[in-house]
Amino acid sequence: MISTRKAYGEFLTEIGDNPDVVVLDADLAAATKTDMFKKEYPERHIDVGIAEQDLVGTAVGLALSGKTVFASTFAMFMAGRAYDQVRNMAAYSHSNVNLCATHAGVMVGEDGPTHQCIEDIAIMNVIPTMKVFCPADGVSTKKILSICMNEDGPKYIRLGRSDLPELYTDEEFHVGGSHTCGDGKDGTVFATGSTVSIALEAQNELKEKGINIRVVDLYSIKPVDKEEIVRCAKETEKLVTIEDHSIIGGIGSIVSDVLTELYPKKVEKIGINDTFGKSGKWTEVYKYFGLTKENIMYKFIQE
Amino acid sequence: MTIEELENRARLLRKDIVEMIYNAKSGHPGGSLSCIDIMTVLFHEKMNMDEDRFVLSKGHCAPAYYACLASIGKIPHEDLNTLRKIDSYLEGHPSNKINGIDVSSGSLGQGLSVANGMALAKQLDGERGKIYCMLGDGEIEEGQIWEAAMTANKYSLNNVVAFVDYNGLQIDGSIMDVKGVNNLKEKFEAFGWNVQEINGHDMQAIIDAIDNTNDSDKPNVIIAKTIKGKGVSFMENQVGWHGKAPNEEEYKQAMEELSK
Repeated sequence: MISTRKAYGEFLTEIGDNPDVVVLDADLAAATKTDMFKKEYPERHIDVGIAEQDLVGTAVGLALSGKTVFASTFAMFMAGRAYDQVRNMAAYSHSNVNLCATHAGVMVGEDGPTHQCIEDIAIMNVIPTMKVFCPADGVSTKKILSICMNEDGPKYIRLGRSDLPELYTDEEFHVGGSHTCGDGKDGTVFATGSTVSIALEAQNELKEKGINIRVVDLYSIKPVDKEEIVRCAKETEKLVTIEDHSIIGGIGSIVSDVLTELYPKKVEKIGINDTFGKSGKWTEVYKYFGLTKENIMYKFIQE
Repeated sequence: MTIEELENRARLLRKDIVEMIYNAKSGHPGGSLSCIDIMTVLFHEKMNMDEDRFVLSKGHCAPAYYACLASIGKIPHEDLNTLRKIDSYLEGHPSNKINGIDVSSGSLGQGLSVANGMALAKQLDGERGKIYCMLGDGEIEEGQIWEAAMTANKYSLNNVVAFVDYNGLQIDGSIMDVKGVNNLKEKFEAFGWNVQEINGHDMQAIIDAIDNTNDSDKPNVIIAKTIKGKGVSFMENQVGWHGKAPNEEEYKQAMEELSK
């Protein structure tokens, strides 16, 4: 078990001997895990203090000077506080900056709604040229980050606070890719980040009841794997999405958009339904909002 | 260039600015005309294009920027009159798709942070060169400017040279009435900056102020007292000329005044 933010910190230390790598933070290094890099390469760790707009602007200046830049703060402040800077400086200036936002979604837990960003996928997705990724475990976090390092243009990498089970070993990841587990015909669950492992648990328990579904890990949210979404829509019966994000503008909307255009079919969305988050242990908060294997199973068993 | 040559160059650039905005039928003449003497010194005297970088944080003064880029051969001079047109690459605010422009700008308050990032990159690599950043006096009402001012101080970015184009006017009126932007020198000093105050239309003063930053161990700001609309009599110190194109009659008068 490892959180995707911790995997991010480990990744930074693994690539840290590259002198072009610069890591920025806004007074959250211990939480975003950039402190792991700071410990080994303090001269290339820039902390701008509690100033997220300055964080993004400074990151863009470094990136436009040829540096390989990773900038971190909580998702709420990267996508919320610094939206204009991300859009007008990072994206419109065609910078190669990697915006690694941790503490996304209600997984934040106890800190509650002000710190639970459930809009960042929607916000980042609408920015022209922005690429959006959301890894589901430690291995995929590192693989996706290493792709981002060499990928042109601005990237938003959505990371979480809490430990998740390891799902991958040596699978390949790429921009616009996805991973599908299983070849059942009864339905497909599209998930991203923390909800992938929840969907896999549901898949296992449904199998015992004779219901065979697929789980698609949409780790690349933009560009999204349209072909795989359409293939699953054609080959399986019921379609469900589950995400630690608003159902408005998240992967539920994205999958629906793809299907509206290419293969119209009903999609049932599980996520935060146009409301703010809630304080509590993250597992309790997930239960509160129905981000559970039981809720997924119910979608397939109810009829 | 001699002072006289710089002054003549600035006069020609002012004509480009007025003509560009006249042809575009929209744009920002007031601030473009107030900062153009400083930009003339930068682009025709002080900037080393291989080492130094320039960030136009007050992006609405794109006409001044484009005129300078044309005058040093980065973009064709005849393209200037395509400003803001649908088939032109000269967007209303600077885009770094344009040859010679490092960073896009226009949403105010953001350029100083980017300049800091560029300065940090130079510091990390032990590279020579300065990062020049043009700020508006209204623009510094944006909080991010002061976030960046603290960052530059923290990292002793003595290779940052910011200008405040202190023309005293913004869209809704005087900067004192709109927000009360006063004691600029004291404000920047309190943030740990090396501050100089000059007449932003005095070529020699601009050159000297830039030279004075060579031995600085702090980030540098040059507060340049300027006249909005400088060089065109009916635009000078008139807030209404912040973002308005001249009509034909006004255009002719402006060009005549700038031909002298």
